Amino acid sequence: MAKPAHKDLIASPAEVEQDYRDMLFLRHFEEKCNAAYRAGKVGGYLHVYIGMEPLAVGWLGCIKKGYDRVIAPYRIHGHALTLGSDPVKVMAEIMGRAAGLSHGKGGSMHLYDVEKGFYGGWGIVGGHTPIAAGLAFADKYRNEDRITLCYLGDGAANAGVFFETLNMVGLWDLPIIFLIENNLFAMGTRIEYHAADTELWKRGVPFGIHSERVDGMDVFQVKRDAQRIIDRVRRQQKPALVEVMTYRFAGHGAADNDQSLYRTPKEVEEARRRDPIALIEGFIREHNLMTQEKMEAIDAEIVERVEDIYHQADALPFPEPGEVYEHVYTDMLPEEGH
Amino acid sequence: MAATIYRDALRQCLIEEMERDDDVFLIGEDIGRYQGTFRVTAGLFDQFGERRVVDTPITEPAIVGLANGAAMAGLRPVVEMMTMSFSILALDQIINHAAKIHYMTGGEIKVPIVIRGPGGAANQLSAQHSQSLEGWYAHCPGLKVVAPATPACAYGLLRSAIRDDNPVIFTENPGLYGLKGEIPDDKDFTIPFGSARIAREGKDVTLIAYSRMVHVCLAAAQTLAGEGVEAEVVDVRSLLPLDTETILASVRKTHRAVVVYEDWRSGAFGAEIAARVGELCFDDLDAPVGRVGGLNVPMPYTRPLELLCIPNDHDVVDAVHRLN
Repeated sequence: MAKPAHKDLIASPAEVEQDYRDMLFLRHFEEKCNAAYRAGKVGGYLHVYIGMEPLAVGWLGCIKKGYDRVIAPYRIHGHALTLGSDPVKVMAEIMGRAAGLSHGKGGSMHLYDVEKGFYGGWGIVGGHTPIAAGLAFADKYRNEDRITLCYLGDGAANAGVFFETLNMVGLWDLPIIFLIENNLFAMGTRIEYHAADTELWKRGVPFGIHSERVDGMDVFQVKRDAQRIIDRVRRQQKPALVEVMTYRFAGHGAADNDQSLYRTPKEVEEARRRDPIALIEGFIREHNLMTQEKMEAIDAEIVERVEDIYHQADALPFPEPGEVYEHVYTDMLPEEGH
Repeated sequence: MAATIYRDALRQCLIEEMERDDDVFLIGEDIGRYQGTFRVTAGLFDQFGERRVVDTPITEPAIVGLANGAAMAGLRPVVEMMTMSFSILALDQIINHAAKIHYMTGGEIKVPIVIRGPGGAANQLSAQHSQSLEGWYAHCPGLKVVAPATPACAYGLLRSAIRDDNPVIFTENPGLYGLKGEIPDDKDFTIPFGSARIAREGKDVTLIAYSRMVHVCLAAAQTLAGEGVEAEVVDVRSLLPLDTETILASVRKTHRAVVVYEDWRSGAFGAEIAARVGELCFDDLDAPVGRVGGLNVPMPYTRPLELLCIPNDHDVVDAVHRLN
């Protein structure tokens, strides 16, 4: 793994502030989702991105938003928000409302926003990886220079269909990046217990795919790696695989309430030292880019913004009963009744 | 009208749709350079090239998954399953993904994909290559499922399938590939889904079937006619959506019904049809709805046992006799 090299940083103070704001927004949005879940306003499964923010903010900051295609598994609020989906619609979807991104039919795991280049939103671990290849296939078929950025978890890196997909994209030179979000846990199973080789970046090597492992905690380093790899894939029109080292501070889902089953407080404490928000705050202080007061003001502003988003979403109605039959098909209704 | 066979009707439709729409492409195992296991795609690799006739590794989940993604991006993939039995490997992509995408996205994304290939018994291909799985798919909302019995139906329904914006399972009984018939001289000839066909008119009993079993029913009807029993044969054609009205109208006329299918007798889609007739036509029936299905065993290799498993016209005639 390349060492973080802040001395090479060419980020302007404005860019630093924007990254700080974007990551902080994701952090507070997710914390609000957790609170809403506890308050009974969110049902089902809820997977938050706390600790993994640079993977969305950094990588999606380097693609052509709205042009390139992005697809991800089920821990995806951060991807949709960073791509520019209306945060009220994101929250409304998580809360099951008719005006949600998926009309209340998808929920937290199934957010889609094609206009923003976001293709979801998938609940079968590994199942979206060949779909991602299909998106890239379509662009190659039409001779367009889009790239597809496919996020997947370390757990999905073991799925058979992922290996099949790697073979295909290697065989056909599809313009796609598989980004393994290695947060060290497949649900509650630590990587040492689920992967024969824990260096997941190697998974692309047998298929002739450019593969590497990079950092996922320091957003500036993340952006440097992301831009380099994205440029390479677009230029060469060949796939790449990156293992991005991150950490999931939250449980697997909101219902995961006994994390002592798979990790120790000491481990979490150590990981917290590399919390992406703490890292960027340290960087800002180290370089005197903002006063403490300004940082606190930004934090308060974002907390207020998230509260406002939540209240706007909560004011929206649930779908009408008749909507249950809509969108099963594009052109007909299914048979009605029990 | 032009004389052809079932296989070539499919092939001609593929060619015409590929010529009409550059977004239509074929993908599957051995469909290109090898010309297709059952030769449905013969010559198409030479005609259209590797961009549009895509030979794949033997990886059904990734083939269908890739086709799903390509369809989500606006292409119109036609996937060939070497046999529908292999589609079981891709069930996750078909049922967990293709069938759900339009709904889960609240209507934002369409998946215009066709998955076609031989389903049902051929000739001594034994247990892993002889299954009729259309009932599994017809159980699943979000899919459309068709099973044409004639070259003309194959020609018209495949075109409808390719032009449909929803995932379509298109099952071809391998015993039909050589079947002769006529197809219209019309490059826009389509048959709408959800329309059953009266393959033979009759007044005494309704035989309800799809795919190759339609022909078994027609043979049985010939025998029954010799006994003075005029059987009406309803070719369902489309399982999902199902043209329940045509089926019910026939039963209301004949007052007797036998559902005939090659799939295992128990829990098959034919049982759904029988249930509907019983539920919606009870007062019109003079006898309980009969069923003739495949034996509830994995398909054996040896020809005498294989023939025992697949319903034939004698089985259908016997079932009609049992109604009385």
